[in-house]
Amino acid sequence: MATPRYLRFDTLGLHAGQQPDPITGARAAPVYQTTAFVFRDTDQAAALCNGERAGHVHSRLSNPTNAVLEERLAALEGGVGAVCTASGQAALHLAIVTLLGAGSHIVASRALTGDAHHLLAHTLPRFNIHATFVDPRDPEAFREAIRAETRLVFGELLGNPTLAVLDISVIARIAHEAGLPFLVDATLATPYLCRPFEHGADLVCHAATQFLGGHGVAIGGILVDGGVFDWEATGRFPALTEPDPGFHGLDFVEEYGLAALIMRARQEGLRDFGACLSPSAAFQLLQGVETLSLRMARHVENARKIAAFLDTAAAVAWVSYPGLPSHPDHALAKRLLPKGCGAVLSFGVKGGRRAGQRFIENLRLFSHLASAGDVRSLVIHPASTTHRLLDAQALQAAGIGEDMIRLTVGLEDPDDLLEDLDRALRASQRL
Amino acid sequence: MELTVDRQPVFACTGAQPLEPNRSTIVFIHGAAMDHSIWMLQSRYLAHHGYNVLAVDLPGHGRSGGNPLPSVSAIADWIDRLLAAAGLEQAALVGHSMGSLAVLEAGARHPDRVWAVGLLGTAVPMPVSKPLLAAAKANEHAALDMVNFWSHSSRTHLGGSPIPGLWLTGLGIRLLERAPPGVLYNDLKACHDYQDGLESAAKVHCPALLILGCQDLMTPPRAARELLAALQSASSIILAGCGHMLSTECPREVLAALVDFFRRGS
Repeated sequence: MATPRYLRFDTLGLHAGQQPDPITGARAAPVYQTTAFVFRDTDQAAALCNGERAGHVHSRLSNPTNAVLEERLAALEGGVGAVCTASGQAALHLAIVTLLGAGSHIVASRALTGDAHHLLAHTLPRFNIHATFVDPRDPEAFREAIRAETRLVFGELLGNPTLAVLDISVIARIAHEAGLPFLVDATLATPYLCRPFEHGADLVCHAATQFLGGHGVAIGGILVDGGVFDWEATGRFPALTEPDPGFHGLDFVEEYGLAALIMRARQEGLRDFGACLSPSAAFQLLQGVETLSLRMARHVENARKIAAFLDTAAAVAWVSYPGLPSHPDHALAKRLLPKGCGAVLSFGVKGGRRAGQRFIENLRLFSHLASAGDVRSLVIHPASTTHRLLDAQALQAAGIGEDMIRLTVGLEDPDDLLEDLDRALRASQRL
Repeated sequence: MELTVDRQPVFACTGAQPLEPNRSTIVFIHGAAMDHSIWMLQSRYLAHHGYNVLAVDLPGHGRSGGNPLPSVSAIADWIDRLLAAAGLEQAALVGHSMGSLAVLEAGARHPDRVWAVGLLGTAVPMPVSKPLLAAAKANEHAALDMVNFWSHSSRTHLGGSPIPGLWLTGLGIRLLERAPPGVLYNDLKACHDYQDGLESAAKVHCPALLILGCQDLMTPPRAARELLAALQSASSIILAGCGHMLSTECPREVLAALVDFFRRGS
């Protein structure tokens, strides 16, 4: 027998989850723009709805186009399965509501997107789910924050917008010692730069809107299960491990084994909360995923040049990019992200907030908007926009100052980007 | 449900349905280093369509206690004790790969206990290559990679899972990784050492159905020809585009074949 040779990353990025359509021969994944699927007979209908058969019932639960995206990202991440959602925020919510109930607690890195922070700090407490935020650079703080009612440890691999790098393997060990799953949001890295399961993460989520799609035309999210965490070991996840009257006594782990979390997230989370991805958005996101490797390599190349430029620019007070030796997580980033540290960086303009405003308003190529991970370069002032709902104390704890500017470096010619930055920086310093 | 066999706990998935005394029973036996979950899209359906179902974890596998049984004949005799522990006089047995050999042997040794046998991904004999046995003996991850790679068809390696959102080769390797050290070697060796399959096949009186994968590299359909000929009342189905992991790669086709087979048999 020959040595097994599994398909490699770039091949999976193009093919995983999809074969030429057997009826039409269509090579690209077709858009199944339908809300529901016709049953063959009443027995099939009942069996599909009762989880006895595999197949599609209604596009809120699953759809053939969405399934291609789900399988492709599960393959790229090295997981067992995935569920795509209406947004990255919905993917985070889906993970939480699948695992946690009222009275539960989350230990989270404090280096989070503003929206994730708001969900955990303000919205979920209304449902009696609480979070403790800790310094992502202090693994022991994660351990100390774990309580009897903690059910999840969560962090962003590259914290937004401070670019703190999460030491996945160390925090995973701490979570596992406490019998807890570790969810990593790897949006800014994508599986091209880092596959968190290989470092001990149990679940991975993405805002597919960003680098996975890349084109800035579709909103979507994805939750991927690594299939390693033992949900039964501690008895803390009854939604997965005990007969559920809401499903006529179905015990998800007993019935579906390693697919339990994905099946529960789909059958309960998508059905009840309804944050499903539209098939057309799934198709658009697939177009992005097909060129992920090529784009991320160029994103990283451009980001390195811009980080180096800003690092020596007279008008710049500081730069935070893990690819720079001056970044406190540089050594960790080299280990976790050997191909590069992504294309988001933050920096401070000398002169504080007013100088920062002049800088943003004098940029010509960088688009001033509240998203990241576009093929076009982007700029934002986090304290007044994406993280505006954090109070002063939380902003300070998260390391988000009034002078912070966040850039997402796109795929334009880097010389054009450098000239644009140089011009805007000069303008920022004029009185 | 949990049963006790040989003073060890045995887990059996029943599809969330109680065992009813007036129903025919189907027992599912998994293959090397796997567990009951490979039957997720057959056992649950059958349990909701008039059958008692026991999809078991063999000793030392999945949730069941004890040590893995060292030979196919030992598993066959254990199945007999399992039926006794469950209070069952008779059952249909469905086995995959190593499980198919155990089912075959149980049908020969305990003919009064078995009313039908379904053999998936089967071959008699079932030799295992020396490199794979050596890697499994050394508990090398390479052994898991070999089994997982060769167990899935080239089609499955590209994806397009019948179960929305599941990446089957990822699921396969994680399942194999859950088996404790030594289990894969024990099971592969049991397959390799089983030499009496054709003689046993001749002793099986009940109806038999062979479900084979056209792209199965572990047990290619041609390796089942002698078995098919040796069985007294057997038919076979070869599933196009399917590898060795028939129950997950082609769940609908496997279920349809089993439903038809049991409908005729019972």
